[in-house]
Order: sequence, then C-alpha cells, then structure tokens
Amino acid sequence: MDQDILLEVRACRQAYHKDSSADLVVLDDVNLTLRAGEIVGLLGRSGSGKSTLLRIIAGLLPPTAGEVRWRGAPLTGPAEGIAMVFQSFALFPWLTVQENVELGLEAQGIPRAEREDRAEAAIDLIGLGGFESAYPKELSGGMRQRVGLARALVVHPDLLVMDEPFSALDVLTAETLRTDLIDLWSEGRLPARAVLMVTHGIEEAVLMCDRILVFASNPGRVAHELRVSLPHPRNRHDPAFGRIVDDIYGLLTRRAVSPTPSRATPADETGLATPLHPVNTNLMAGLLETLAAAPYRGRADLPALASALQLEVDDLLPLGEALSLLRLAELAEGDLRLLEAGRAFVDADTEPRKLLFAEALRSHVKLATTIRRTLDERWNHRVPALRFRDQLEDHMSPDYAEATLRAVIGWGRYAELFGYDEEADQFLLEEPDEEE
Amino acid sequence: MLRIARTATTAPARRRLPNPWDFAALLCVLGALAAVAHGAAGTFAPLDTPDATGITLDAWELPYYALRTTMRMFAAMGASLAFTFAFATLAAKSRRAGAVLIPLLDILQSVPILGFLSFTIAFFMGLFPGQVFGLELAAIFAIFTSQAWNMAFSMYQSLTTLPADLVEATRAYRLSAWQRFWRLEVPFAMPGLVWNMVLSMSGGWFFVVASEAITLGDATWRLPGIGSYVALALEQRDIEAVFLAMLAMGLVILAYDQLLFRPLVAWSGKFRFETTSAAAPVPDPWVLALLRRTHLLRLATASFGRVVAALGALRLPLPRLPPAMARPPRRIGDLLFGASVIAIVGLALWRLASYFAATIAPSDVAEVALLGCFTLVRVAAMIALASLVWVPAGVWLGRRPALTRLAQPAIQFLAAFPANLLFPPFVVFIVHFGLSPDIWLSPLMVLGTQWYILFNVIAAASAFPGDLAEATRNLRVDGLLWWRRVMGPAILPAYITGAITASGGAWNAAIVAEVAAWGDTRLAARGLGAYIAHATEAGDFPRIVLGVSAMVVFVVVINRLFWRPLAVFAARRATFG
Repeated sequence: MDQDILLEVRACRQAYHKDSSADLVVLDDVNLTLRAGEIVGLLGRSGSGKSTLLRIIAGLLPPTAGEVRWRGAPLTGPAEGIAMVFQSFALFPWLTVQENVELGLEAQGIPRAEREDRAEAAIDLIGLGGFESAYPKELSGGMRQRVGLARALVVHPDLLVMDEPFSALDVLTAETLRTDLIDLWSEGRLPARAVLMVTHGIEEAVLMCDRILVFASNPGRVAHELRVSLPHPRNRHDPAFGRIVDDIYGLLTRRAVSPTPSRATPADETGLATPLHPVNTNLMAGLLETLAAAPYRGRADLPALASALQLEVDDLLPLGEALSLLRLAELAEGDLRLLEAGRAFVDADTEPRKLLFAEALRSHVKLATTIRRTLDERWNHRVPALRFRDQLEDHMSPDYAEATLRAVIGWGRYAELFGYDEEADQFLLEEPDEEE
Repeated sequence: MLRIARTATTAPARRRLPNPWDFAALLCVLGALAAVAHGAAGTFAPLDTPDATGITLDAWELPYYALRTTMRMFAAMGASLAFTFAFATLAAKSRRAGAVLIPLLDILQSVPILGFLSFTIAFFMGLFPGQVFGLELAAIFAIFTSQAWNMAFSMYQSLTTLPADLVEATRAYRLSAWQRFWRLEVPFAMPGLVWNMVLSMSGGWFFVVASEAITLGDATWRLPGIGSYVALALEQRDIEAVFLAMLAMGLVILAYDQLLFRPLVAWSGKFRFETTSAAAPVPDPWVLALLRRTHLLRLATASFGRVVAALGALRLPLPRLPPAMARPPRRIGDLLFGASVIAIVGLALWRLASYFAATIAPSDVAEVALLGCFTLVRVAAMIALASLVWVPAGVWLGRRPALTRLAQPAIQFLAAFPANLLFPPFVVFIVHFGLSPDIWLSPLMVLGTQWYILFNVIAAASAFPGDLAEATRNLRVDGLLWWRRVMGPAILPAYITGAITASGGAWNAAIVAEVAAWGDTRLAARGLGAYIAHATEAGDFPRIVLGVSAMVVFVVVINRLFWRPLAVFAARRATFG
C-alpha cells in the first residue's frame, strides 16, 4: 500500500432528490487519489460540480453515495489535517488578523502562548507581519486572502483545499499571491503536504498544478486527467506551457460541441430542454465583430482570444457555445470560426441585426420558438413563465432552468421576438397594429 | 415588425373583458368604502349621543368596534407618515434643525405615552368640547405617539445615507427639492420605512387597548372599539368576552397583514438598493398577485400611480436648500439659532422648576427616584431573563430556514398581540397562590416586548453568511468558543437593537403592568409605573408630570450610558462587509 496516499475518493456521487422527476445528479462516479507532495487542480466550468467535490473532500458535505477515505479511514465530517481557503475569504469581521488566524488553534485547545507563537509565524510566512491587530475590513482583497491562507496554514494541515482562491482578486494581486504561494511550495516552506484547488482559469491551473482534473458538466464528472511536469517557476510564454493550455481548450470545446446525454436525466421528447447560458447579446455582438476583424479574420485560437479580450474560460466558452448554438460561429478543436450567418450579422446595422438574430433564434432555439408560438395562440398574448420553467425543471436542475429562462428572455428581448413582464413573471407580445 | 410592450401598464386594456376577479375585487372595494363611511359617522357625533361612548359586551357589536379601532389605527398611521416625511426631511436637510430634532426624537421615543394620556385627553377635549371627535383625536394621538418615532428615525437614517452618485445625478438633472424627494428620497427610504410601519402597527395595539377606555379623575369614557370592549370585559370578569375580543383582534391583524403589509413589504423590495440579489425569490403575496393580474385593479393602481407620479413631478417652488458643502455656515445664523434654543430651554426649565416648586416636595422626588430604581431592577432582570431564553432559541430557529419561515409570521403576530389581554390569568394566578406582586407582576412588563429580542436574533442568525459557517465547520469551532467567537458577535448588533426596543417597551408597559386588575381584584407592585398609574387615576397632575419626567430621565440615561456605547461598539466590530 502506498504510504503517501492522503485521500481517496471512490465512486463518489452527489444527487439532490426531486419529488416530481428523477434525481438531479451534480456529481457522478468521481474517483480521485491525492498523494503527499502534489498540487492538484480541479478545472471546469461553473456548475460542473468541482466546488461540490471540494466540499465533500473537506467533510462539509456528505456524498450521496461512494466513499471518501482520509489517511486510510472513512471521512465522516470536517477532519483534522484538512484546512480550507475560501473564494470569499470567509474572515470573521469582528476578529483581528491575529484572532482570525488563531481561531483554528483555539478550537483545538492549544494553549495561548503556543497559539500566539504559531499564529505569529504563519502571519510572517504569508507576508502579513505588522498587520496582526488590523481588522479584515481595513485590508485590501489580496491582504484578506493572505489572512485566509495564514488561517489555513497555521494548523499545519496535511491537505490544503482552496476554492477558487484567487478569483475574487484583481489580475495583478492574484498573480502576486499565486507566485508567492508557489515559491513557498517549491522551497518546501509551505506547511502543508498537499494542495487541492478548484479553479476555472486554465492558465492558473497550468501555472500551479502538477495534475489537472478536467471536469465535464451535467452531471459533473472527471472527463480528463493531465499531468503538468514543467518545473517551477513556470513561464506563461514557454511554448510547452502554451501547448498544454491549447490542449485543455481543445478538451473543453470538444466536449461542448457534442454534449453527452446523461444517464440521470430523463429523455426530453420536446427538444425544449437544452440548457442555455444567459450570455449578454452585446458581448455576442462584440465577440463576432472581434472575430471578423483583423488579426483574426474569421478564425481565432481560443487562448489568444481569451487573453486579448481578458476573458476567463467561464466567460469565453459560454459565449462560444451560444454562438455555435445559434450557428453564427463554430467551436472546433480550441478554435472559434465565424459562420455565414455570423458574417452577415457583423455587416448589418442595428435593426437588420435584430432580424438576423431573431431568425437564428427561431431556427435553432426550440424553446424560443415554442414561447413565441404559444404567445401567438393566446387570446391575450400573455403566458406565465412558470409553465416553461416547470417543463425545463423536468430535465434540469432549478438553477439551470432559471439560467436557461434568463438566457431566452434576454435573447428574445433583443430579437424583439417576445417581451417579458418581470413583475407578473409572464411572457408577452404586443399586437402589431398597436402604435403603428 | 412587432413591437413589444415594455410593461404591463402600457398593454392595451380596452380589448380585455373584465374577468371574475374584477367583480370580486370591485365588490371588496365598494364594501370597504361603505364600512369606512359607517364607521366615520360615529366619529363626529356629539359626546352626549346615546351609544357614543357607551359600549356593550354584545358579540354582534364586535365587528363594528373592530372597524372603529382599525380606522383609528390607520388614521394614526397616516399622521405618523406625514410626521415622518416632514420631520425626517427637516432634520436631515438642515444642519441646525438636525442638531435639535434628533436628540428631541430620542427623548420623545423614551416618553411613556401611557403616562401622558391624561394631558392629551384634557387638551383634545378642550379643542372639541362636548364632541366624540375630541376623544377620538386623543386616542389617535396616543396611537400616533407609539408609531411615529421609529418611522421618523428610519427615514432620517435613509436620508443621511443616500448614495452620493444618485444625489449628484438628481442635481445634475436639476430636479427640484420636491421632485428629488419623490424620485429619490422616498423610494430609497421605502424598504426601511415599510418595515418600520409594520413594527409600528404591531406596537400600536398595546396602546389601542390602553387609550380607548379613558379614565380621568372621576370621569370615564369608552370609545366604541376593541380596546374598550376588552376593558369592560376585564371589569365585568367576562372571560368569554375577552376571548371574543382576542379573536376579533387576531382577525383584524391577520386581515391587514395579508391585505396591506405583505403586499407592501414585497412591493417595497423593488426599491432595495443592493448589488447582490436576495437569496431566494419569494413568490408574490396573493394580494399583490391579485393587484398585478386583475385587469381593472391593475388599471386602477396604474392610474393611481400616474397621479402620484404627476404630483411628484411638479416643480413646486420649494426653497432649494443649499448643499451642505456649498458654502461655509453663517456664524451669525448659528449664533441666533443657538441663542433661541438656549432661551427656549431656559424658559422650559424655569416653567418646570416653578411648577414643581409649587406642588412637589423634595421627599416626593426622593420617593420617585427610589421607585424608579425598583422598576429599573425589574426591567433589567426581565430583559436578562428574556435574553437567556430567546437568544439561544432565536439562534436555533434562525439556523433552520424552514423553521424560520414558519416562525417569523407567528412571532410578528405575537408581537402585535396586546400583552395587556394576558394580564388576567396572571392576576388570578398570583392571588390564588398568594404570591408577592412585587416579583410576580414583573413578567407582565416584557410579555409584549420580549418578541423584539427573538425576532432580531432570528433575523441575524438566519443572515449568517454561508462561507463563514463553512469556515467555522472547517476549523471545527464549537461549544463555548463558537458562542464567544462566532455566533455571539454575529448576532450582537441585532440583539442590541432588539433589547433596546424591548427595554424601552418594558418601561412603558410598567405603567399598566405594575398595576393589574381582574374585576375588583387589584394588584400593585412598588415601582415608578404603579406611581404614575395611581397618580393618573387620582387626576393628580403634578405627580403625573413628576413620575413621567423621572421615567424619561431613567430611560434616556440608561440608553446613553449603557445601550448606546454597546451599540456603537457592536456596529464598529461586528458588522459584515
């Protein structure tokens, strides 16, 4: 048996029970082994269940099925030796930096003198010396996350779990913190034996991790596993680095083009229930224009596009997917290619653009077509949104259904295909002979 | 090309046939109008009309009594709103007025209204001699004084925290002061104001019961209303009538909660100025849904809205108050203002001193001070006891969202329920077991106000951020450490708010709680409340003034020396964000 194995996740499944239809599966058949001495990244789109898995591993959430073994024994709750860093920092506003850092030690019943020494050491290590008596609200975001790190490291955890620790920070601050953390890690000064982090930044994952688990959504599962054997510190401009980033984009978009039907959700006969991301139509238009113009001229490499537009995977992929769905552009092998309809859209003025968009919406989004047809049939040209929400929820989680509805509302409004009355939660239509 | 209706109100209405809801709604509206007219008729009768101030325990009269009481409460609410708009605006807009008005409001908040009933009755009876209307106004005024202050405070707080960018926008677009008031200030204050209206309405019931049946010296009047009905039932030991009155009151509370406040709270949510959206969308209350989905009602509310909007858009020639920073304050004006304030304060002091010098002996003052200490001990003990019970209970409830949703309306109802109705069982209990009224009457003081503690603690515990809860579990903090480091500080600001309200209410309630009666069994505890109550009964004005002044001093001093520093500390340390 491998002495270095810290944590094992076997056939883990997380599902929420729904009374009307089948269970909603958030995670399905996830297997994972963590060894001492490695940094592992969980990479995926929002809603792919990676944060859920992190919470299961931290003992904050019991899995519906499957097993988590921590240091050889089944995990039953928050365990000694696992410390967590939060995306939102999760600092107690009424405790000073020192008191926040000491809290975990206090809970273990460690005497005051030792507590203070260890907290002091952790605070110094993470570069917060001199701020011991400050309250979190006096600190900038970057400093706050340093407190979060110190609080986790002070207990000398075997496993440090981090939930998108840098995504609430600005680009520069995040980069500094990442570098500091990796430096401590490579110098062996980080008092943790292994790190598990959730991220949606491809470059962040490649920059920091020894192993990356790429998640697929609906239901969330590990779709691919990559090893990154580049030595630290890593250079973003290294061609090998770029190739790995390209590969991951390829993996993510390949899956996006052909979504695998999940075993868990019942078959959808109406074709209505394609989950949609509420992507802003302005952004879509902006991306199409960028794509059509120099230097891309109709075809762009996704990593290049992402860094040019300062977009993360989480922003760029839904955009690309929406454009693919509407057949305005096409995602393939890590590239985005402009299609005929997309070219026409870019060349048109405001009003014709709306017509083209409406046409794309009618031809490719069944939900939009159905809403419009129902409205046409109704004597008062109003229909409760609840009706479609219920239909969607038979096939997807309430969150996804809500996102899908919001997407179709935004697109329908832009295309002037139908309107939506937020107060009454109804779709509506105005008759053509009004006002004209 | 199709055009899309932006909002429901621009959709064509002429083609739509009225639906069944329209008829139902129309009948309701007409019925309510008729009822109000019927109730109003009794208000303007001369005092010597038979039945004008007489009351029977006939159950069939109860709906009419409930109507009269409800009308009084809404009249008081209207007055409170008008007061709030005027007072808060003046206090927030004028530096000098604010310097005087805000401490004044603080004092007014601490004045035990029940002690002042005798004065206000004499005053309003003098205004309308021989008319029911005078008594009516006195009752409305008593309810008003229980409703207005916290609403004014809430509005003032909103006005002083207006987002700077929106203020600049209204100035850049040259909105007049009147337009700005209706376009920015009132909408911004709306969520807090509506919430305080709900609280005020609950608080008002206590005073309805106390202010409808009025005894002054040897004269007793009973205005038709639930309060008088209860008073008579207590006097005649008619337990069945007490229960009937409770039932009627419950129905009234339920009705205005469902018909008015729930829709209002939901509607005011749209003015909430937040960047993060609420956790879970709550479905519209059924009345709001009815208003929004019934064509005729929607049309009616929309036209009402248009009239209000038009009024708000008027460029009324109000004096344009200069922005605070625009020019240095005038020294002369400050001096004049300061001098007149000092003059008024001096005059008041002189009047009070000469009044007391003529009527009150130093021994009276010493007695009142001692009695005040008794009541203070009682209030402190009861608040501590209530906290010991309700803080853990509130945290427990607040951490269970399903239970919280069930508990909140129930507690709101309990808070609205006038605790004076529950006195009789206590009296019977104390007499039966021969217990000391000095100790056993004390719980009555917090019977009605303890709910504020529970309510606030539940709200704070349920708002505890999810990420902090996870961090707490990850660090495996529990037991005493959890209370000391995590949940204690998290609920502290809300707890203090609740405890201030509860203790202020307890002082006020002392006036009725330290003397409780069931028929001719009368119990009295030694305390300031009993002192004021006895003085009122005897029509002894100097001693009423003395007792009330002492109570104001006690409440203000405790607020300043104890609660205020605690609240400031809690606000500095234990707020999120």
